[in-house]
Amino acid sequence: MKKYLKTILATATTVACLSTPIQAHRLWLLPSTFTLSGDTQWVTVDGAISNDLFFPNHVAMSLSDIHITAPDGSKAALQNGAEGKFRATFDIELDKQGTYRLAELGATYFARWQENGEPKRTRASLDWLIEQGITKKDSVKLMKAARRVETFVTLGAPSDVSANATGQGIELIPVTHPNDIYVDEAATFKFEIDGKPASDLQVTVIKGHDRYRDNSNEMQFTTDANGAISFTLPEAGRYWFSTSTTRGKTEEKGITMARRVAYTLTIEALAN
Amino acid sequence: MRTILTLAGASLMMEATAIADTNITIELPRIHVAEYHRPYVAVWLAQPNHKVIANLAVWYQQHDGEEGEGKSWLKDVRQWWRRSGRKLDLPIDGISGPTQAPGIHEVSIPQGNDPFKNLPAGDYILNVEAAREVGGRELLRIPFTWPADGPITQTMSGSTELGDVTLTVDATN
Repeated sequence: MKKYLKTILATATTVACLSTPIQAHRLWLLPSTFTLSGDTQWVTVDGAISNDLFFPNHVAMSLSDIHITAPDGSKAALQNGAEGKFRATFDIELDKQGTYRLAELGATYFARWQENGEPKRTRASLDWLIEQGITKKDSVKLMKAARRVETFVTLGAPSDVSANATGQGIELIPVTHPNDIYVDEAATFKFEIDGKPASDLQVTVIKGHDRYRDNSNEMQFTTDANGAISFTLPEAGRYWFSTSTTRGKTEEKGITMARRVAYTLTIEALAN
Repeated sequence: MRTILTLAGASLMMEATAIADTNITIELPRIHVAEYHRPYVAVWLAQPNHKVIANLAVWYQQHDGEEGEGKSWLKDVRQWWRRSGRKLDLPIDGISGPTQAPGIHEVSIPQGNDPFKNLPAGDYILNVEAAREVGGRELLRIPFTWPADGPITQTMSGSTELGDVTLTVDATN
């Protein structure tokens, strides 16, 4: 978590900059295998924040806030965890039939204010902002950016994962199961914010290995009134879904602030 | 080579005619590669909309080896895994068996046995899918109509992991 406490000393501040703090890089979890057969199996999962998908080339994901939910809703253990320079990695032993939900949750707090006529901004923990007296400054604007970086792995037949939803932030409520995506077949995902359908979310979809293409060929979708998008993936491979929005307010430690929520998902599409 | 295989296939079928109304011969080609493993093979009957009627054969490594469970690679027979395998509790008597060597193999369903006993009239697909460790994967889909007006003999040839696959149905019903 320490690495997120780093203060960013920026001389120029723009609203756009502050409102899109998470899109600067791509956060992802990538399992070694998405679909498995047998009684007891293992997957190795990589986590990184990178420019290219899925090449770790910026900074490793922190493993301090990884949540692994087994098909029965119980917590599964993160094993052999290690944070490298560019990539974090861990193993999971799968011993229950069904779908495991793997998520990295985290939050960063942003503040911007005027000091002696100079615009200032910083990114830190809320405790640090309070300690420094920044939350009490006259002109301060505060925002909490909460994220869920997710992927799914299935041993045997896929199981319902929406039963394990937390009702906090952006969550995927699958209509088509995330481990049941096939080339040229229409699929539907629904998104919720705090347990309610998230309409008008902009969802970006990018196929992995963009490093070997001149264009990312990203696809854009907008959720409908039910929070749903329908999509058809053109090629077999691994895909990254990403969405975020600044909506509503949140209160923490007696401080009311703007709230940004972000969500990313890694899935694979198989050829028939 | 071709003649020998045909003769071998014919003799198998002649033998089979006496006891079976539905016969499937599956040729697993000999593949000359540095590292060869016998393929995992699934044979199943489905409707054109992919609804599975019955599994007819699943050949996979029955024991656990140095590399883990034999069932670990069932998911690589990926169309079968999607449509049926992942919902099954293997092994299944009379359906699952060990992997097979290159050559011609036979799956016979005697008259009056499931799934053909009460099979409703309609269009069906015989699916044969093979996936080989450190190798490729191939799926053949042979369409046929049930019941047949006359005897059915349908052959489809694979190009990589499967050779000739022949479905033969006697029209004695």
